[in-house]
Amino acid sequence: MSAHEIEIILSRQLADCLTVPVFIVDPEGTLVFYNEPAEKILGKRFQDTGEMRVGDWGNAFQPHDKKGNAIPPEELPLVSTIQTHVPAHKTFWIKSLEGKSFKISVTSIPIIGRSKEFAGALAIFWDNDLKL
Amino acid sequence: MRIKLHGTRGAYPTSSKETRKLGGNTSCIEIIEDNERLILDAGTGILEIDFDSYSTANRIDILLTHLHMDHIQGLGFFKPIFDPNKEIHIWGPGGSSYPLKDRLNKFLSPPLFPVMLRDIPSKLVIHELPNEPFKLGKFLITSKFVCHPGPTVGYRIQVGSKSVAYIPDHEPVLNKAHLFKEDKWISGFDLSHNADLLIHDSQFNREEYEKKVGWGHCTMEIAAELSKRAKAKRLVMFHHDPAHTDKYRSEMFTNFMTAHTFDFPIELAVQGHEIEI
Repeated sequence: MSAHEIEIILSRQLADCLTVPVFIVDPEGTLVFYNEPAEKILGKRFQDTGEMRVGDWGNAFQPHDKKGNAIPPEELPLVSTIQTHVPAHKTFWIKSLEGKSFKISVTSIPIIGRSKEFAGALAIFWDNDLKL
Repeated sequence: MRIKLHGTRGAYPTSSKETRKLGGNTSCIEIIEDNERLILDAGTGILEIDFDSYSTANRIDILLTHLHMDHIQGLGFFKPIFDPNKEIHIWGPGGSSYPLKDRLNKFLSPPLFPVMLRDIPSKLVIHELPNEPFKLGKFLITSKFVCHPGPTVGYRIQVGSKSVAYIPDHEPVLNKAHLFKEDKWISGFDLSHNADLLIHDSQFNREEYEKKVGWGHCTMEIAAELSKRAKAKRLVMFHHDPAHTDKYRSEMFTNFMTAHTFDFPIELAVQGHEIEI
């Protein structure tokens, strides 16, 4: 077992301090950490699930467009950043645990540290109706 | 493998008699295997190295963890740097924007230093650390970035089955009482894993740390927790606060050891001590 790159470890330390939901994925797209605010979106706790593969987390919150059409994982900003290593942004709808749709904006950024190697990506989820 | 502690103090050197026991020189250790040597960090401790013993090779390798002053302030003053017959190889972490040479040049040039880097008499070769382990003579060297402000690495030096991990400046978790539960989320874990000796930051007590979160240093508790989690076989607590007298630091250590039980030896780093593994 190898420890994560320092930039991923520091990202988790940052995410731990934020009140906005944050996902952190490794270069393969595996969700390696999500913070407490993100647990509310996923309806799962990180300490219970541990890491989640891209197909699992990509579908877990049923991303869809305005008309209700499902958005495949590869069109999600975080997956796009994993594939292209560039930032991405998208506004779309997800379903709450109660089945209600709500609009969110997601911004994802690549994590490339001083070793110049792509270590993964981090996404911030912004609930457009959220009052912080 | 023999490890000599030439500088154990953090931040700035001290000459007070109240700090003489643990030592006033800033970070520098020497690792010796037969007639080969490696120098880790170039604080004022580097001035204590006897370059006429163990190895008289013209090549000298210095591995820097980072460029904070307490880790480089001896670099411009140690004897071999003024010897045109010496070839001095300095290894250190690259930065996001500026190469290691440019960053070192800021210190080794006027007005901070009277001589320009290019005018130093010895042959100076500067290397940015590779992302993979590499060998220098008998030493297998692994470096990893660790949590500390600015580009900072820790080292693991291995000869055969013996290994020493050196992480003098390290804040593995920010403002938390414990490390993350999962080993792979621990900065410095790989470097320390099963090391025969871990030389690690331990500058603060808990009260001091609360006022200095993010400064890049940790408590004795965190240093020992990392050592235990990584199954290091022996821990040397390093990077003494220059504001701590020997008496204060010893009391701090005694209190810590009284309150905790560990199944591996822990000691305070003492300047001049030599450890064999």
